[in-house]
Amino acid sequence: MTKESITAKGDLRLTRLTKSYGDFTAVDDLSLVIPEGSFFALLGPSGCGKTTTLRMIAGLEEPTVGSIHLGATDITTTKPCQRPINTVFQNYALFPHLTIYENIAFGLRRRGIKDVEAAVDKVLALVELPHLAQRKPTQLSGGQQQRIALARAIVNRPALLLLDEPLGALDLKLRRQMQIELKWIQKEVGLTFVHVTHDQEEAMTMADTIAVMNEGQIEQMGSPADLYDNPKTAFVANFLGQSNLIKGTISGNDGDSHIVDVFGQKISLPKNRSHAIDNSIYAGIRPEKFRISRLGTPTSGNILTGGHIEDVSYIGVSTQYQVEMPWGQELMVFEQNDDGVAPFSKDEEVNISWEPIFTFGLRGDEDATAGSEVNPEELDEE
Amino acid sequence: MNHKVKDATIPHIPTGARISRWIGRNLIRIYAVFAFTYLFIPVAYTFAFSFNDSGKSNLIWKGFTLDNWQNPCGAPEVCTALVNSVKIGFLATLFSTILGTMIAFAIGRYSFKGRSTSNLMIFLPMATPEIVLGASLLSLFLVFQINPGFWPTVMAHVVFCISFVVVTVKARIASLDPRLEQAAMDLYANERETFRRVTLPLVAPGIAAAALLAFSLSFDDYIITNFNSGTLKTFPEFVYASAARGIPAQANVIGSAMFFLALAIVITGQIVGRKRKVSA
Repeated sequence: MTKESITAKGDLRLTRLTKSYGDFTAVDDLSLVIPEGSFFALLGPSGCGKTTTLRMIAGLEEPTVGSIHLGATDITTTKPCQRPINTVFQNYALFPHLTIYENIAFGLRRRGIKDVEAAVDKVLALVELPHLAQRKPTQLSGGQQQRIALARAIVNRPALLLLDEPLGALDLKLRRQMQIELKWIQKEVGLTFVHVTHDQEEAMTMADTIAVMNEGQIEQMGSPADLYDNPKTAFVANFLGQSNLIKGTISGNDGDSHIVDVFGQKISLPKNRSHAIDNSIYAGIRPEKFRISRLGTPTSGNILTGGHIEDVSYIGVSTQYQVEMPWGQELMVFEQNDDGVAPFSKDEEVNISWEPIFTFGLRGDEDATAGSEVNPEELDEE
Repeated sequence: MNHKVKDATIPHIPTGARISRWIGRNLIRIYAVFAFTYLFIPVAYTFAFSFNDSGKSNLIWKGFTLDNWQNPCGAPEVCTALVNSVKIGFLATLFSTILGTMIAFAIGRYSFKGRSTSNLMIFLPMATPEIVLGASLLSLFLVFQINPGFWPTVMAHVVFCISFVVVTVKARIASLDPRLEQAAMDLYANERETFRRVTLPLVAPGIAAAALLAFSLSFDDYIITNFNSGTLKTFPEFVYASAARGIPAQANVIGSAMFFLALAIVITGQIVGRKRKVSA
């Protein structure tokens, strides 16, 4: 059993995984496959069950129901020390009484690996901190500790590396730098990374595949571009970036598109981008897909007329507008400052237009604000 | 802001305000000097009178001598009593530290039926007046037909030392990040290796502190010892008994030596701790 599980490799398969604490269900009937060698992100707000999922994969929590397979091996009830899985903990959890060298060597020594020194030196070189081998963890900066925590895990060449909010404690600039570095290291060592985060930008920068979690379940899974361009639910549309969701009714069809009536104006929405189940629909458009134009200027594609600019924020690379529509809703519009057109000013009357292909459709019975009230920047710990 | 304007607006501070400001700033220091004086005068007195050329009674200063320090066992029975106290202290520390650490782990780390009750019960020996504890232990020993003496005294000391060990070690365990142990298990250490390589080294300073505390508690206990030691005399008992006829200066020598030994241990601990933090 021990021998078998410790050498297991392959895709990670979670089957109908559930974890309950009394009445509270942290993870609810979750099934997914993480392909070998991929960089996979579990993204969601605080309390969505992503950390609990990670801890079950690591073996630190036992699932209430369901199973975990690594390749063909069932590891559901295997002890953490018998799984070929290592974790980079949220606050690194470096052993304060051991040197950096001994911290990294810890896993190798427990498994009785022969050439500890060569392996440690190699991984220290990989994270570019070979000169710190004899220091203690408390003498290192946050960013250095983060890299050592990573080195301590990857030196074991696990079948699966789990990262629990690994960059949460770092400042923004360092976080950006580490995002790129982590991605590079993942490619370099070719391990499967499972990354838990509440930071959508972090997930999108690094992961090949993102699973957006909410209330113990997966809302949607796909590549960053898929999720951003064609979200299936209001939660995903709002949690991953920002969205304008406009209530409407499907009033007819035109070839591959639905004709949607929004407060008396008609727009077109590709059928294959609609997730509505009946005529009631939310038309979703990302703020940067909108174009804004003065009355009388010719425009193409979908057009909504009668806009009134309520607010203008110039932020250098782009200008952000709040445009109030005749039905009272304020739409968000991001315009790149790249076309030499003078920015619009407050209280101007404008039209809004966009290419129909950028429209996505959500079920009309959804809560249009789902996922938008959670501000990822404010959530530091789960 | 303009410098000239700023300089011109600095107000002149009157002398009275300056004095009160100085007092305000240094009040805590003045207070500390008084507090430490109060605490250390008895120790200084003991130390000074260890050099007294006292003869029989060590109450009045009769002149300086090094005789007492050169011959600490000079007074009858003083060193026998000291050896007894050290032996009892050592054994009581050993047993209470081992047992207390185990209890601390059980209470601090695991949830079981009766955990909070055990937690409360552990405090009872600390809260019980020593005179009551001593008397009831004696009657207990007599019921089991164990005669007072060396081993009953050791057992009695273990009883009251154990509570302090549990409290001290438990505090250290509580401050331990459980993720460190999870990290060890994640890095292929089984339960035993995790305990040996991570948990124990991290709790060790707490255990050492508990052991020192247990030893000093055992070493200077008089009341409970007096009930259970029978004909055996410990150092506190010796000092108490000789108080009637006059305490020999050798008692001051031993007392002072103990004080400096304790001081040396504390300072060494501080230095080692600081070195570990800064350089290692």
